[in-house]
Amino acid sequence: MQSKVSNIQKPAAPALKGFEWRNYIVYFAFVGVLIYFSISLGDEGFLTSGNLLNIVRQTATISLMALAMTFVISTGEIDLSVGSIAALSSLVGALAIQAGYGIVGGLIGGVSTGLVVGLINGLLVTKVAIPSFLVTLGTMGAVKGFAMWVTDTAPVPIVDANFNFIFGSGDIGPIPVLLIWTLVFTVIAHVLLRKTAFGRQVLATGGNESAARFSGVKTMKIKLMVFLGTGVMAGLAGLLYAGRMNAGRFSFGEGDELSVIAAVILGGTSLFGGVGTIIGTLVGSLMIGTINNGLIIMGLDVSQQMIIKGIIIILAVAFGKKAMKR
Amino acid sequence: MEQPILEMKNISKSFNGIPVLKDVNFSVKKGEVHALMGGNGAGKSTLMKILTGVYTADSGDILIDGKPVSIKSYEEAQKNNISMIFQEFSLIPTLTVAQNIYLTREKKNSLGLLDDKDCEKKTEKLLEELGVDIKPTDIVQNLGVGYWQMTEIAKALSQEAKILIMDEPTSSLTKNETEVLFSFINKLKAKGYSIIYISHRMDEIFEICDRITILRDGRYITTETCSETDLDTVIQHIVGMEFDQAFEWKERAYATDVPPIFEVRNLTAGNVQDINLKIQPGEIVGIAGLMGSGRTELLRSLFGIDPIESGEIYVNGQKQRINNPRNAIDAGLALIPEDRRMQGLVLEHSVKDNMILPILSKVKKGAFIDNKKSNDISNDFVQKLNIKTDHIFKQARLLSGGNQQKIVLAKWLANDPTVLMLDEPTIGVDIGAKTEIVEIIREMAETGKAILVVSSELPELLALSDRVVVMHDGKIKKEMTRKEIKTEEELQYAIQGF
Repeated sequence: MQSKVSNIQKPAAPALKGFEWRNYIVYFAFVGVLIYFSISLGDEGFLTSGNLLNIVRQTATISLMALAMTFVISTGEIDLSVGSIAALSSLVGALAIQAGYGIVGGLIGGVSTGLVVGLINGLLVTKVAIPSFLVTLGTMGAVKGFAMWVTDTAPVPIVDANFNFIFGSGDIGPIPVLLIWTLVFTVIAHVLLRKTAFGRQVLATGGNESAARFSGVKTMKIKLMVFLGTGVMAGLAGLLYAGRMNAGRFSFGEGDELSVIAAVILGGTSLFGGVGTIIGTLVGSLMIGTINNGLIIMGLDVSQQMIIKGIIIILAVAFGKKAMKR
Repeated sequence: MEQPILEMKNISKSFNGIPVLKDVNFSVKKGEVHALMGGNGAGKSTLMKILTGVYTADSGDILIDGKPVSIKSYEEAQKNNISMIFQEFSLIPTLTVAQNIYLTREKKNSLGLLDDKDCEKKTEKLLEELGVDIKPTDIVQNLGVGYWQMTEIAKALSQEAKILIMDEPTSSLTKNETEVLFSFINKLKAKGYSIIYISHRMDEIFEICDRITILRDGRYITTETCSETDLDTVIQHIVGMEFDQAFEWKERAYATDVPPIFEVRNLTAGNVQDINLKIQPGEIVGIAGLMGSGRTELLRSLFGIDPIESGEIYVNGQKQRINNPRNAIDAGLALIPEDRRMQGLVLEHSVKDNMILPILSKVKKGAFIDNKKSNDISNDFVQKLNIKTDHIFKQARLLSGGNQQKIVLAKWLANDPTVLMLDEPTIGVDIGAKTEIVEIIREMAETGKAILVVSSELPELLALSDRVVVMHDGKIKKEMTRKEIKTEEELQYAIQGF
């Protein structure tokens, strides 16, 4: 009766305890991609600081959406509507500025667009209990349609130089504003996921929803929150598109859901929920951005880029699945 | 008399006007392990759901330490020091032990950020007190199932639980893990915790429990002290008047002077080695053995699920080639698998759709399924096997375990197999349904089929078998006719490999 409870078989410890290379595959892959492009595209200026900063600028929108997507995927859900939200919010923001509401008006317009769509997604998933894949597949189409309809597919130019500086093309010293946006939100997201009760409950909900509920986690509220998160961040990403391109346009963010989900999964977040990493996501999206950039310099067109991105997603999930079975 | 820590008095509950609990009384003393028993539908789980606030009783009182309490949600149950120990699905597999135990109750620092170090320290102390040899930072999914339950118990105790409810806690544990759990339960008992223990396994109940309360058809029947009662008394209370002598062996006559209807020669497959087996028409052969002795693997390879490496299989004297289950079915074999929910049924489909699945080609009219014929066959089996369902279109998942198992039986009987193989045919089934299933198997044998049964429940094996084959390490170690086996102990002895 006093014996120690110790004679249950524990699974054998992995041979390399503390170092599971699958968890770090994205870092190796990123370095590999950098080296590959540096060698093959060194003469075409891939490695210049100008181009590297360009990668950061081009990736900021993907990164912001991917940070929020990490939370959604960690709960075991998915949000396909981020690209469409970015498109609509770039237009709403641009229209608000054109109407004379200024930078703050543009910001509120863009972000609240994302908030509303995120709220719709979240409520449909939690209250009506429709799988998020279907909900956001629907809103992806509907919101995109809205974006095309609102100006009859015409772009809305933004002439406010301050807006364009803060949300896009500005540099503070040598540092692009878009890099600052990315870093600030990365830190916030990392602390939120790793260090707060909210983050813990996100991971718990994705790890085992009913157990989380029985532990007192309001899983429906958590899910609603993560969809609000992708909505808001996609709204902000739309404004960053607008700032960088000096206009709102319905075609912004097209196909971004593919890049964003690929970045998150590549980074090591489990598509099955319960495991998430913000740093991994950041590296994942930088890698996607680097691949995009490299492929453009190589002279490949959009269609070829899409093929490569699609293949990357499938490979990333295949690797993730193996890690799950381990 | 000592004040009970928990009293449930005159609890009644109806669903849609159908009473499921009628005036039930149940009381638990401090520091006792109290078994709650009864067949499926006796009301055990409803009573526990009332105690944990999932349902509210229509009438009756719950008293904790003599004081009436109201429990309307699981949180309120926890506030009253009652905790349900769920099985392995109750933890977050991707989080650590400490993160699981303190989920939603983490200590936060002045910035509102989580203080994981604090949880880990508290968890370490808790685990040490309980004598559980795991680290707070271990990720739950990397631990064995036995540890999941202990983590769950540690979590309950950290929430000041005094009354723990355990529902079939050993169902996913190995023998060794079960022993560890029992010594753990004894330790909890010594510390003054009370445990409500729900299980169908009589041997475990007599080993670990102090008292047994028995419910039947939503009524309180009796509370017995374990040391003063015996198995027969308990079984009689559980099954009530319906109790027949199903678990008594009846010597049966079968043809011994004809060639065997089923024969296996030198079969080797995976861990199963060099099996030779002959079954006469109408004979029931039981396979006994410990977990991992190759019983299930033998049935799987005979049914073409696991590849056969060498050996021959004869049905009615005809040599059969069995590479997949389709071959096996065509050869006249049927397998009632071990796990009816995973392997036996499509739970979302109706009773009827499950039944006709193996015989679709027989109920076809042209290219279409003949509805009338398939309905007739299904209704026929529902009646013959006494399956309790409103109609044949009800989803299989809505039926009780015993009735689900009867659907699996019907599914294969409909195909009229020559050789019927059953793997743990009454696992997780209440005693009423158990006796019925045993009777159905006997009736099948009477029609001249060969029957091969694997069971870990020796009384059941002894009740059914005309001959028992004992497996050990993938080989047949011993073969005994039923008459040669005098007592259950004798068979147990053979199984242990002496």
